[in-house]
Amino acid sequence: MEILEDKPGKKILLLGNEAITRGALEAGVDVATTYPGTPSSEIADTFSFIARSFTKKNKNPGFFFEYSTNEKVALEIAAAASITGLRSLTCMKHVGLNVASDAFMTYLYVGCKGGHIIVSADDPSCHSSQNEQDNRYFALFGGAPMLEPSTPQEAKEMTRLGFEISEEVRLPILLRTTTRLNHIRGSITFEKMQKPRVKGHFEKDEMLVTIPTIARRQHPILLKKLEKAEKISEKSQFNKIITVGKSSSWGIVTSGVSYNYVREIVDDMKLDVRILKLGMTHPLPTKMCKDFIKSCKNLVFVEELEPILENQFKIMAYDLTADVEIFGKSTGHFSRLYEYNIDIVAEAFSKIFKLKNPIIIPSESQIKLPSRPPALCPGCPHRATYYAAKKAQPKGVIYPTDIGCYTLGKSKPLEVADLLLCMGSNAGTACGLAISTDQKIISFMGDSTFFHAGIPPIIDAVHHNHDVVITILDNRTTAMTGHQPHPGTDFDGMGRAAKRILVEDVVKGCGVEHIEITDPNNFEETTKAFKRALEFKGTSVVISKSPCILLENRDKKKRGEDIYVYEIDQEKCKKCKICIGRFGCPSFYYSDDESIYIDVQQCNGCGNCATICPFEAIHPRGVKK
Amino acid sequence: MNDKINIILTGVGGQGVITAANILGKASLKANINVFVSEVHGMAQRGGSVNCSVRMGNVTGPLVASGTANVIISTEPIEALRYIKYSNKATKIITDINPVIPFTVSVGMEEYPDIEKVFKELESYGKLYKIDAVKIAKNAGAIITKNIVMLGALAASNILPFKSEILLKTILENVPAKFRDINKKAFEGGIKAIEE
Repeated sequence: MEILEDKPGKKILLLGNEAITRGALEAGVDVATTYPGTPSSEIADTFSFIARSFTKKNKNPGFFFEYSTNEKVALEIAAAASITGLRSLTCMKHVGLNVASDAFMTYLYVGCKGGHIIVSADDPSCHSSQNEQDNRYFALFGGAPMLEPSTPQEAKEMTRLGFEISEEVRLPILLRTTTRLNHIRGSITFEKMQKPRVKGHFEKDEMLVTIPTIARRQHPILLKKLEKAEKISEKSQFNKIITVGKSSSWGIVTSGVSYNYVREIVDDMKLDVRILKLGMTHPLPTKMCKDFIKSCKNLVFVEELEPILENQFKIMAYDLTADVEIFGKSTGHFSRLYEYNIDIVAEAFSKIFKLKNPIIIPSESQIKLPSRPPALCPGCPHRATYYAAKKAQPKGVIYPTDIGCYTLGKSKPLEVADLLLCMGSNAGTACGLAISTDQKIISFMGDSTFFHAGIPPIIDAVHHNHDVVITILDNRTTAMTGHQPHPGTDFDGMGRAAKRILVEDVVKGCGVEHIEITDPNNFEETTKAFKRALEFKGTSVVISKSPCILLENRDKKKRGEDIYVYEIDQEKCKKCKICIGRFGCPSFYYSDDESIYIDVQQCNGCGNCATICPFEAIHPRGVKK
Repeated sequence: MNDKINIILTGVGGQGVITAANILGKASLKANINVFVSEVHGMAQRGGSVNCSVRMGNVTGPLVASGTANVIISTEPIEALRYIKYSNKATKIITDINPVIPFTVSVGMEEYPDIEKVFKELESYGKLYKIDAVKIAKNAGAIITKNIVMLGALAASNILPFKSEILLKTILENVPAKFRDINKKAFEGGIKAIEE
């Protein structure tokens, strides 16, 4: 496997996320944990891929890896490992750190012995997230040293060297990335692979028990550690000044991927500037920053999302009573919204430097183009569950939903997503809607989401007898982020056999009295199950069990089983449009004469369309090639 | 030669656009030329609109600026038009001529534009090359090699800062041994389609 080669100096092309994994391997990481979430997933998936290939050969990869139940558990496991002296890495998407934040905030009081890198993959522009929060605030909030890479190579080096910084200051490091870094491929230069330690040792120490008296002693220790971290930041190779052109009183302060856009536009516009490129952005190298402020008359801040550098520099400028003009978000030149790109930085610079914008944006196409929005796949069992729920109670139902493929039920024609906050929120908001309204409530979450954050609100519902129907769409995988295993699968992230936890066993254990277990591919029974659940006064749970069609078909191929695709008998079809207009499978299409057909390339052979057709016009056509 | 090469690859999820972009990245590295490959995905999936950028040479940013693409390669005609803001008059636009109908059109919610109008519009933005990549890929032996046909077309467009042999070698290194002949034929078919 190329990513494991111990060939210092070798160059290969790696995804930003893979580069982080490589950096951890070069540092001899012992424990890696995660809960999968875009744009962080490939970091953990690469660990999993390596571990599984070793497991297959009955070998030990030299590290422990797991897809944890949620981000908080993931962080706690890795934190404990680092407390025993092992090197660990925990990766998650930005909102995952909200879940892990309870552990994160006090972990910083306790600190670690072995290095610990916590990767937060932020998502400016919400490419695949419910918000675009700026997790750099978490570094300031909790007091974690922070590194912000601009390129895959830098991401690898920051991960590798981040372990050393972590061990020097005895604090976990927040490696803050953004989607553009996670999902770009760039050239990586290998360093030597260090050997992992494998076993740590826990030494008892009352300072690890954060009762109030200890916590009060730990907080000043954290502040001392941050002073030490600031000294490291002053000397860090990741903080540097780059002079472009002639000497100038203009300074640009930037970090992360924004640096790339700045660098390119500075060249294109032939600006004479000095760029303060900050890679270790917490604690800031105060002396370096203040010297930079003193050397400038004009300072431009380029950072995506929140004005975190800009505001800290304003404080420093105030301390210095510096005579410097500041351009950034506070002057309206840059936005607090969305991901930046070269166009955005060029537009702002043309105004700040009063120069012609070198980027010419051509007019958009005059032709209206049809969209290609994401949709539930053909054959997705969720569609069948949704259709049955709507059939059971066609009108007046509120559908709280959750994070996962099932958000795609929001689109026409199903429209079964009415409220969404975060992982597990379907059931909690369902309870709130039940006490606030007289409307019927059917909420939806997936199986991985159920294990992650769906159990506490179910217990709440049972305890208070909230009148809700909570649906668990059990497709036996974490589908949307790339089919990772979870506690309901019989194997783990290292490819080892694992105890499978059944959703229904947990639901029973929560005290739910009315449980319906149904196969959504049996449309009639599933509709009846929803009807009974709705009639039940109190908390009922519908567990709709059917594997993700993509996995199911992959397994069928492996087993040598045929997948039968379906077709419409044009003689029998009465063009009622139930299949295309209400069920909404994307493999259906209208021909020029308004007849309805099934695209055999797209059909995944679930056969649910055949069941719902009132005229028995849909039947298997043949084996999918 | 220009010191920055900006390539936009677009198409529909499932057509191998991201694979093609990665192969280009690897080929560039093999030729010892600095490269960034950026893939836009997340909620993108089979059937979704895909857009990758590949930047070679003296570049620091991973994304192509508007109006600066040297070439737009598209495995679907309207996807070339969707990302037309990256073009300028000198941009070479290479597209497959075969539409992939989105489900929003199939179910009657939206309309697919008249294909001739699409080509006319594309011509007004840059230098248009239309190729029947589906046909070439089928002739090579497998429709899934359509992305390799497009890479062949790119190699023939004199945009790349390295020899087409390096690209072909990289392709063959990244496909299973039994499919090498098919991919070689597809690549050569793409070259021929541009040269003719």
